[in-house]
Amino acid sequence: MFKKKRNRFVETLVEWALRLSGGTTTLVILLISIFLFTEGWGLFKSSTVEKGYVLCVNRSNKIKNLTPKQIKEIFDGNITSWKQVGGNDIPIEPLRMDDIASQYTEEEIGANFEHLPQKLSEAIASRPGALAFFSEQFININFQGRVLPAETITLKEYFGGKEWFPTATPAAQFGVLPLILGTLWVSIAAILIALPFGMAVAIYLAEIANSRIRKILKPLIELLAGIPSVVYGFFGLIVIVPLIRSIFHLPVGETALAGAIVLAIMALPTIITVAEDAMRTTPLAMKESSLALGATHWQTIYRVVIPYASSGILAAIVLGIGRAIGETMAVLMVTGNAAVMPHSLTEPVRTIPATIAAELGESAMGSVQYQALFMLGAILFVLTLGISIWAEIIRKEPKVQ
Amino acid sequence: MKRILISFALVAMFASMVSAQKVKGSDTCLPLVQKEAESYMKKAGTKVTVTGGGSGIGFAALIEGTTDLAMASRSIKFDEKMKMQNGGKSVKSVVMAKDALSVVVNPSNKVTNLTREQLEGIFTGKITNWKQVGGADLPIVAYSRETTSGTYEFFKEHVLKNKNYKSGILSMPATGAIIQSVSQTKGAIGYVGMAYANSSVKEIHVSYDGGRTYVQPTKANAKAGKYPIVRPLFLYYEAKSEGRVKPFINYILSAEGQAIVEKVGYLEIK
Repeated sequence: MFKKKRNRFVETLVEWALRLSGGTTTLVILLISIFLFTEGWGLFKSSTVEKGYVLCVNRSNKIKNLTPKQIKEIFDGNITSWKQVGGNDIPIEPLRMDDIASQYTEEEIGANFEHLPQKLSEAIASRPGALAFFSEQFININFQGRVLPAETITLKEYFGGKEWFPTATPAAQFGVLPLILGTLWVSIAAILIALPFGMAVAIYLAEIANSRIRKILKPLIELLAGIPSVVYGFFGLIVIVPLIRSIFHLPVGETALAGAIVLAIMALPTIITVAEDAMRTTPLAMKESSLALGATHWQTIYRVVIPYASSGILAAIVLGIGRAIGETMAVLMVTGNAAVMPHSLTEPVRTIPATIAAELGESAMGSVQYQALFMLGAILFVLTLGISIWAEIIRKEPKVQ
Repeated sequence: MKRILISFALVAMFASMVSAQKVKGSDTCLPLVQKEAESYMKKAGTKVTVTGGGSGIGFAALIEGTTDLAMASRSIKFDEKMKMQNGGKSVKSVVMAKDALSVVVNPSNKVTNLTREQLEGIFTGKITNWKQVGGADLPIVAYSRETTSGTYEFFKEHVLKNKNYKSGILSMPATGAIIQSVSQTKGAIGYVGMAYANSSVKEIHVSYDGGRTYVQPTKANAKAGKYPIVRPLFLYYEAKSEGRVKPFINYILSAEGQAIVEKVGYLEIK
């Protein structure tokens, strides 16, 4: 009687412990995703002009505001007249603080820059085409120029922008379209490469190999998943990149294709394991009846095993894509990381994980770039979440009879 | 007895934790400051822990007060300075060493001399073929460091005169990767810390006076002020903790510390 009671007590305890750990895990995951989104969302309230700095024009200038893209083009010397951005037909004179400061002697500016505000004000007032970029603290009440209002980053600029210059001054460019497309481009290409190989190995393991070979081969393939990704990246940089360059006669070997091949190798274990497991669940009775009807071994594989395992195979593909999308180090090393819109496989691309890994360490905490990177993390999170949900749906679909 | 011993050990641990100094930041500075810390610890007996992560990480830690010294390969940003001030802290800095950058190309490239203007053209995408600068008919493949790297920022400021790199520039996560890529890509050009350039790449002689004189990137030229692409490496600290961190900084600036700077491959400040 007492023993029974104690057993019940232990059972309830274990049950509660399990419940608690389940709840904690869910909570942690929820908190992480909330953290990701809150850190990232601040981006759409920030200005692309670095905090503490302002852009000023001459009072006679009728320009109301400039987009980040226009500001960048002006300071890069690609837009040279106010007419191109909707103003009067006068040349633009971009001025940075150093340009102005260097025109005066140290005495004129003062030891603690006390005369600088006045000099800046004069410099802008005397130049009708001026567009000046300097620190906010040098604006005093007698300022004779006009400060352009700070524009916040819009959703359209972020998701539709095609330029990623997160540290450009005066206006950083946060266009993530090339990064999103680059990520998908490399991942999909990787799956297209990995799929035939993965399927071939899975069929071989499930149907053709004898149990001794399978016992050696399967752990070996699973071992592939255990190799650190940076090792794959290194292998890619030293072996695959030069190979691609010489095969395709390209000027540069760091391409989307190199990334896709490395990712394909990395996605293989996932695809093989999941697909093989799915094929091995085909009931023996089905295979035997197929053979009894006179079908050959290959016909049985092709007509019975693969259709039966199709939902598992699809899940394998989707999981492989998920693996490829989130991969960081290997891609960082072999794709060249150029933030351009992908047009072909033989061009460099930049992926989202590589961007986060490369930039987060050096970005100032809480800065616009930091927020933009968190937003990228959120995008990646949504992408992989979508893929996992898709995989779940596929798995649950009724099997072909 | 045992209890006394344990409490002694705890007190000793606590004491060493108090005097321990934490240094965090730029990966460029990491090998140098690590070496400095090793020999300083041997000499002074206090503990110094050095960790990398990047200049931004170092400044963030300084703002939060989780590090005593932030090493940086770029100067502090206005935003970061404001954050320090908002937290009631004022920041001080010291230049501990200098680092010269070499522009490197593939050894098979016959171009040896480039002016600053040509470099600007190449990295901003206005010059796209080596024949435009006196080389073979070969497309130029420009390699850069990652956008947040202090090296990237410095090169942009001093060589590109604040213009942006072309958007198709290849960016590599580390100096070693740039050397590797330049050594195996015929039309490549990139920039690395002078200490990293080896025989697998060719260093370009640079002219900052429109092509009148081309200066070879050597230590002697950089020290003499002839070679123009040289940047400072900083240590930042909170003014209040100056007394605590000063001994280590003084050690780095001493003749002995500067000898280590030289050994690691950077330039002494004097």
